[in-house]
Amino acid sequence: MSEARRGTGPEPTMDMTNKEVMKRIEYTGDMLLNMGPQHPSTHGVINFLVQTDGEVMKRAIPEVGYLHRSLEKIAEKCTYNGYMPYTDRIDYIAAMFANQGWAMAIERLLDVKVPRRAEYCRVIACELNRISSHLVAVGTMSMDIGAVTPFPYALREREFINDLLEELCGARLTYNYLRIGGVAFDLPESYGDKVLTFVDHFEKILVEFNRLITYNEIFVQRLANLAPISPELAIEYCLVGPNLRGSGVKFDVRRDIPYSIYPELQFDIPVGRGELGVTGDCWDRFWVRVAEMRESCRILRQCIAQIPEGETMAKMPRKIKVPEGVEASVRIESARGDMQYYVIGGGENAYRCKVRTGSFTAMGIIDPLSRGLMVADLVALIASLDVVAPEIDR
Amino acid sequence: MQAFLDSLIRGWGHDPQTWVWTQLIYVAFMGLFSFAVINFAAVTAGIFSWAERRVAGRMQSRVGPNRAGPGGFYQWIADAVKLLTKEDLVPTEADQFLFRIAPYFMMVGFACVFVALPFSHRLVIAEMNVGVFYIIAVTALIVVGIIMSGWSSNSKWSLFGAIRSAAQIISYEIPAGMALMIPVLLSGTLSTQGIIRAQGPWPWEWYIFHDPASFAAFFIYFISALAEGNRTPFDLPEAESELVSGYNTEYSGMRFSYFFLVEWGNMWVMSALATTMFLGGWQVPFLPVTDAADKIAMLSGGWTVLAELASIAIFTFKTLFFVFIVMWLRWTLPRIRVDQMMNMCWKYLVPVSFAAVLFVAGWMLVIHAVPALDWIMRIVLTAGGAITLVMFWLRTLQNIKDTGDKFDFTSNW
Repeated sequence: MSEARRGTGPEPTMDMTNKEVMKRIEYTGDMLLNMGPQHPSTHGVINFLVQTDGEVMKRAIPEVGYLHRSLEKIAEKCTYNGYMPYTDRIDYIAAMFANQGWAMAIERLLDVKVPRRAEYCRVIACELNRISSHLVAVGTMSMDIGAVTPFPYALREREFINDLLEELCGARLTYNYLRIGGVAFDLPESYGDKVLTFVDHFEKILVEFNRLITYNEIFVQRLANLAPISPELAIEYCLVGPNLRGSGVKFDVRRDIPYSIYPELQFDIPVGRGELGVTGDCWDRFWVRVAEMRESCRILRQCIAQIPEGETMAKMPRKIKVPEGVEASVRIESARGDMQYYVIGGGENAYRCKVRTGSFTAMGIIDPLSRGLMVADLVALIASLDVVAPEIDR
Repeated sequence: MQAFLDSLIRGWGHDPQTWVWTQLIYVAFMGLFSFAVINFAAVTAGIFSWAERRVAGRMQSRVGPNRAGPGGFYQWIADAVKLLTKEDLVPTEADQFLFRIAPYFMMVGFACVFVALPFSHRLVIAEMNVGVFYIIAVTALIVVGIIMSGWSSNSKWSLFGAIRSAAQIISYEIPAGMALMIPVLLSGTLSTQGIIRAQGPWPWEWYIFHDPASFAAFFIYFISALAEGNRTPFDLPEAESELVSGYNTEYSGMRFSYFFLVEWGNMWVMSALATTMFLGGWQVPFLPVTDAADKIAMLSGGWTVLAELASIAIFTFKTLFFVFIVMWLRWTLPRIRVDQMMNMCWKYLVPVSFAAVLFVAGWMLVIHAVPALDWIMRIVLTAGGAITLVMFWLRTLQNIKDTGDKFDFTSNW
């Protein structure tokens, strides 16, 4: 940037569009860095317009929309059962939750009572999926900090879960396991023992994982006190799930707006305590995910012990029809937090479907938090919010 | 090496001082040796690239390259052939001349180091009396290559990587240089062979266990060498998750492979230098000669050959051990941030290394007055090192017990 061009225009302001901001940055004499859409650590196709002065970042503006597939519009065009595979694509790291949200929304529209065994199957599948999703989150986060080994370790454990889920529903990534009114398949033979074997093994691995990376001195130095989100700020920016709990707010849809069989299960809700820095820093968000995996293990043990015999599918008509104009809104606790389905019935297909996801709201807080951080910290911040690109854009 | 050539010429029945072809013989042999050294450097780097991937595979419970040859050993040849036959792409916006020339600077800076690095008792290309100084000086050429590549690529990521690298290498040269001054102080020579001769074959005779300051200096040197070689946790210039690939983002084909040749070859350089300066180099224990400064030189007949081979083996073993440690660190530790990297250098390593040099100078005066203190200190430090190793081993066993890990060294072949 030549001296002549330095300072010949006003600073970019908040109400400008991204394009205008890009033009302005050129006049300030700072460097405009396009981080993404093809960048190793943006966790998908997201672009960040980064205004930097050397290594120090003045601002990072997320630019989303590269992965928009009109999933909400598709819901208006296909049948209620036919939309189930599409929900897998909303968040492919944790597809089971999107399944569950859609199924629950239509069940509420139709006022269907799901059999108990099916609810247990759902919770087992979801909690397995929560562990696998958090494994990806903590694995990629440690890789973004530069530690490569925790990532294969996490993925190795995720493979066990993928095997379990494959045995359950035949798919390893986009499950399409849930049905409106129940689940597609009952648990296979001796499935509970397999899950318990995995849980026993995995709880030991968590200890090893904590030794390897969570309490690693360099890792803590990088993440503690970095980009702290106060509880008030987290609520203001509508953060949900582990990001919100990382800031010390004890809110979990599973406990506060109970659904399925969660009220009957015993589990704690880990919240960030500022153990090694201030409350709500990147390390807290990392730690909350590690702690949630342990809680999911607890839930799995209880489910396996309590699961009743019986049907796995409620009596449903072959072709589902919902009266026009009936509305339903359900909230579930996805791996990325509060996932909300708002559906208006419209005969054979939905009149309107709106999905509210955690990653999208998390993108909003990156701009205010990024000011004054370093470029390397932006990578840590994005990773700590655990955004998944398809969930942002849908 | 000149002495060797002179004796060769004398063997042919000529006087090297007066024979007309002497200079030509020198040039021919120097060409031969440099060819051998460059090949040694390139082949070692290639093999390390395979070894590192195998070690990484082992550590990350995956397989690693195992298709080409036994245990995938020919993988590095396959990679070299692939990189050689790839298109040498130069971006349109790049500064063509600087972009093309930058890898050569790195390669030259790296290959020149081997001239003064010893391999065994006799095997050293040039026994320079300024060896250590020369090594520090030519290593600095690498940073020129890095800045050139980063600047000429005309890519913001490359520029970031290059500037980080320049800041890092120039900063860490100071503690590294000061740490290397301690063996120089202790031995009174800058020659690498001279420094090894001043040490002994046993741990308590090495400079690492000479006194607390030289013990600290070893670690200061090792950390700084990691930083100079852009190895984790100091791999900021090529931080994959931050800077895409850092200064070599825009390179492809052979020019790209030069950068990695240098990176992997540098592992040998930093480990060999650590071995030379602090760990007794090629010194062979259990020699029949007792009272001589250079014991191997006093041997005769077949013993000379045996001792020479033993010295190569010992030096290589020590060096490869440190190469393994460097790989181990890379696949264990996260990366530090650029400001933490600078803090660590200027706030901690530089002051400590200066203090260490002063301490060693004082200590030399003390042991000159009270020679018994020298041996007491060496024994105490060696015992301390041994206890640390034992505790490390116990901790490892405890970890294995806690997590229910199983040993299975045959699984990923």
